[in-house]
Amino acid sequence: MTTTTTTSITPHWTHRFWPRSLAARRAVTGYIFISPFILGFLIWFLIPAGVALWLTVHDWNLISPPKYVGAKHLTTMWEDERFWKSLTVTTTYTLISVPISLVLGFVLALLLNTKIWGISFFRTAYYLPSIVPAVANAVLWAWIFNTEYGLANVALGMFGLPKIAWLQRPEWALPALIIVSLWGFGSGMVIYLAGLQGIPQVFYEAAEIDGAGRWAKLRHITIPLVSPVIFFNLIIGIIGSFQVFTIARLVTNGGPQNATLVYVLYMYQNAFQNLKMGYAAALAWVLFVIVVVLTLFVFKYIGSRVHYEDVR
Amino acid sequence: MNMVTQEQTTARPLSLSIRNRRALWERRLWKGLIVVILSVGAFIMSLPFIWLVISSFKPLEKIFIFPPEWIPNPFRPQNYVEALVYKPFGLYLFNTMKIVVLNLVAVILTASFCGYGFARIRFPGRDFWFALVLATLMIPYFVLMVPQFIMFSRLGWIDTFYPLTVPLFFGGGAFNIFLFRQFFRSLPEELADAGRIDGCSEFGIYWRIMMPLSKPALATVAIFTFLAAWNDYIGPLLYLRSDYNFTVAIGLATFRSVMRTEWNLLMAASTAMILPVIVLFFLAQRYFVEGIVLSGLKG
Repeated sequence: MTTTTTTSITPHWTHRFWPRSLAARRAVTGYIFISPFILGFLIWFLIPAGVALWLTVHDWNLISPPKYVGAKHLTTMWEDERFWKSLTVTTTYTLISVPISLVLGFVLALLLNTKIWGISFFRTAYYLPSIVPAVANAVLWAWIFNTEYGLANVALGMFGLPKIAWLQRPEWALPALIIVSLWGFGSGMVIYLAGLQGIPQVFYEAAEIDGAGRWAKLRHITIPLVSPVIFFNLIIGIIGSFQVFTIARLVTNGGPQNATLVYVLYMYQNAFQNLKMGYAAALAWVLFVIVVVLTLFVFKYIGSRVHYEDVR
Repeated sequence: MNMVTQEQTTARPLSLSIRNRRALWERRLWKGLIVVILSVGAFIMSLPFIWLVISSFKPLEKIFIFPPEWIPNPFRPQNYVEALVYKPFGLYLFNTMKIVVLNLVAVILTASFCGYGFARIRFPGRDFWFALVLATLMIPYFVLMVPQFIMFSRLGWIDTFYPLTVPLFFGGGAFNIFLFRQFFRSLPEELADAGRIDGCSEFGIYWRIMMPLSKPALATVAIFTFLAAWNDYIGPLLYLRSDYNFTVAIGLATFRSVMRTEWNLLMAASTAMILPVIVLFFLAQRYFVEGIVLSGLKG
């Protein structure tokens, strides 16, 4: 460095491959900066995706050599009762849990967006459940849904209702898991809250001058302006609930009578208990296609009704 | 609150018309109603927590009583000792912290590095690669669960911490790249220009000017990284086999399968796992909210 200070600030070894033009130099710098992502994308994403494609047409238990089977996995799936069951369970779970959390989160965010004493206490109370670690959550709810001594049946008893064998009856096990998921609605709620707080107060003031009541303000200002957030939460909710696994595995492990055999759990069982790697990969692809189609569908039919406005 | 008092003072010198007074009462009633609804809801939401803590202090014979006693008597804190000694939770904690620290280093270094590139440098193809970042954010993890497992087992990484740590050194996760990008975009360009005039390279600007300014983003990312590692169940479930490699999450899950009915000990162990998360939340509430705002909704 000391000998080259008069000619340049950069060490001279860089001159050999550092491009001269500003644009080229910027491009090289840019790619150096994002290179970890590009490498990671290739290694942990593109290669596994290729492996998954290869797996879907093979039979492989990790031990004996893989065998090409063509589209066998797809035809197996078509006749696989447990596949259809798991698809039904996951769809039911999504159809009930996502809309309820969406509405609960939105309504609570509205209520929590008022200026009252102790509001931060309330916000915390609604948000905290959503950050409880999944395993601890599962253990806790397994105890809450205990038939003889659990909190759920204690609560029912207070209203004079009979005990329910939540985790033993096929018709009650899935509702129990949905209740667990609803306890965590706070994660979506805070996103609404952030959205609500981003609405400029002038809009409401202007509406008040025009004589708008509470309902009109909600209908014509709040809902349109947070509709991107509602949409965001809907997409995240759908993608998330198709991936539910931990609770189903630890609380009921798919039972009773496959009533809580969610899709990812069934995939997990195939891959890591039955060592059917090919079939599991095929299951993954099928679910991936379902989620993508569903997301595109939601984008097309609901996304077009979302109101975008640059409020900044 | 402000609006109400304002209305009061401006209305009073006039006739204190009935209309205004009614509006005032209506507003108060409305707020009262909201408080009532929120209180009931907050009580319902906290019930599982209350139940958890109460159960964790009960002796076993008091667990199996219906209807339950709401105050543990005798009060039994030894549950915590028994639960945390039954399985080597100290070792599990140590393992988890090893993973957490490696993940923190990985995410803070590489996600901020990539985030800076996306936020601050204009180069051909940038938008394409950023779209790819967002796309990977949307792709569910389970799609690649099986092939990644096969890759890691080919590498001989089963029952090591590598599958849980090494991938994060490649960009640190799409969500974190996105978060850093959003943050760096909000910093003024003049700072970088000042650095450039003084002969700082782009890497110097990133490391000496931008990074010291991004403490809020670093804190947010650090918190979410800690939570992800602390809460992760499926990763350790797939990749950690030996008991001495277990994390707290997987330790608690196996503790559950051993202890079928000692609910008091199970609740004590669960409380011990939840507590750090809640403490972290109260210490760093601001950064939780910041993360949500940064990630969600600013362009």
